[in-house]
Amino acid sequence: MSIPYTKKVLQYFLHPKNVGEIKDADATATEGSPSCGDMVKLYLKVDPKTHEIKDIKFQSYGCASNIATASIITELAKGKNIETAKDISWENASKELGGLPPVKVHCAVLAVDALKTAIENYENTHGLLKEKISTDDKIAIKRLRHVINPIAGRDIVSTNLVKDVKVHDKIIDVTVDMAEDHQFYNNIADEIIERLIPLWDIEKVIVIGTPD
Amino acid sequence: MKRYYFDNIATTKTDKRVVDVMLPYFTEHYAYPSSQFSHQEGIFVTDNLEEARANISKYINGSDDEIIFTSGETESNNLAIKGFARANAKKGKHLITTTIEHRSVLNSFKALEKEGFTVSYIKVNKGGLIDFKELKSAITSATILISVNFVNHEVGTIEPIEEIGNIAKEKNIVFHTNATYAMGYLPIDVKKMNIGLLTASGDKIHGPKGIGLLYKRKDINISRIFDGNFNEYYIRPGLVNIPGVIGMSKAIDLLRENTGEIERIKKMRDKLINGLLAIDDSVLNGSKENRVANNANITFYRAEGESTTLHLDMHGVSVVTGSACFSRSLEPSYVMMAMGFTHERAHGSIRYGLSRFNKIEEIDYVIDKTKGIVKKLREISPIK
Repeated sequence: MSIPYTKKVLQYFLHPKNVGEIKDADATATEGSPSCGDMVKLYLKVDPKTHEIKDIKFQSYGCASNIATASIITELAKGKNIETAKDISWENASKELGGLPPVKVHCAVLAVDALKTAIENYENTHGLLKEKISTDDKIAIKRLRHVINPIAGRDIVSTNLVKDVKVHDKIIDVTVDMAEDHQFYNNIADEIIERLIPLWDIEKVIVIGTPD
Repeated sequence: MKRYYFDNIATTKTDKRVVDVMLPYFTEHYAYPSSQFSHQEGIFVTDNLEEARANISKYINGSDDEIIFTSGETESNNLAIKGFARANAKKGKHLITTTIEHRSVLNSFKALEKEGFTVSYIKVNKGGLIDFKELKSAITSATILISVNFVNHEVGTIEPIEEIGNIAKEKNIVFHTNATYAMGYLPIDVKKMNIGLLTASGDKIHGPKGIGLLYKRKDINISRIFDGNFNEYYIRPGLVNIPGVIGMSKAIDLLRENTGEIERIKKMRDKLINGLLAIDDSVLNGSKENRVANNANITFYRAEGESTTLHLDMHGVSVVTGSACFSRSLEPSYVMMAMGFTHERAHGSIRYGLSRFNKIEEIDYVIDKTKGIVKKLREISPIK
């Protein structure tokens, strides 16, 4: 037995493609968190007329599976229309990489999720949604399930860190069960805002802490 | 490619001199160690087995009829904890251990909870040292056993064994310690330390794999967990691993001869720790002062542990990490969680385990490679 990564995974791990930051990105998305083990951030530059992905870059705090998958999906997505790029799955990535160990699939899914979310964010902020569903608390909570509670290593909804979500007048109020002077508060508040602000009909996200 | 083995806490290289003394016990002295009324071959093996037992017992200041040979750390811990609790349940059903023990200790206690025992898990501080006050106040009239690791397997913290032994003696409670990660590096004296039960393993001291021991003070009763014949005082049935015992005895002789190596290993460890802590945003895990000579455990923030490990491996360096990505359960190191660390600290942690087979020149290489890898991983990280 050797390390359960294919040669191709190791190649991409050692020499990842499309690594870095796009300063004037049209959309970004972050999935995971350093507290859950893996975190990946994706940057998109999209042609406003053709909706073709002109440039795509990623940054990763993660294992080899995460780095290799993020690398391969950026290669697969580059030059594609956002509609087509949306359909890139972890299975596509895994196939390109010659397979991934089953235990490592979730790390790959994280990278694919980042691509999907980045495209979704682009559509929300560029008036491209086919169906303009008004944001309600359910939609907001669904997005908050991607924000990780660093204390528990799982998302802030299932760990009951989110106490209340109210949507009104293009504003979302999120009340969290954490004091505003807590060491993780600013971090979590930033992630909540980043996660909700791309929604097409939302102009402001207010995070409210709970005093001890 | 030259390899740099720094996973000596998981297991060690068997010393060639150990292998040499073992070999005749496969091909020449292979007989069953049986009573003095059997045959010459069997008697020869028995004599050598008992000589080795006496030799090993002296090393921890026990006597030869207090050593039970097992297959290693896991079996010894199971036998000590389950065997003792089951045999002494009528005296009380309360047991005490800590949150950072080896899985074979923790899971033995978990099994006993299902049998109706109550277990107190004593917390540790950020350095991995047990909360002594909490330990004292956890003791009740029903407490029959305290089990605390001599040295923690992950962060290398040395626990105050003599003090715990004193309390146990004062309260008439039996004290078990898993000394697997202490043997060879720290003096072990079961009498002075009031240790009633002690676990050790051959493979951690450059002895063979598949051999371990349970020291059991004469006056302590424990039940078998295997059923079978009368071997090992009818406590651990089955044919004893004779080559293993002979090898472990030799490994202990070599520990006696090489006591000067501890200082050398400590010097290498300190050089490694200092070199690695020079990387910014890095932190030592475990106590700085109460630390075993062969353990360096460091977190490099913003560099995920599995990636660091994999890069190091490609440079010939063998280490392990407490990252969730590395474990089969996808959970970060429970020891670091119990020490009150963040997930992030566990995910970025790397354990370097040294031994007398490491050389000081290797340390520079390992520091240099780690530096480069951490820098590279931080460059591609979204966390700044």
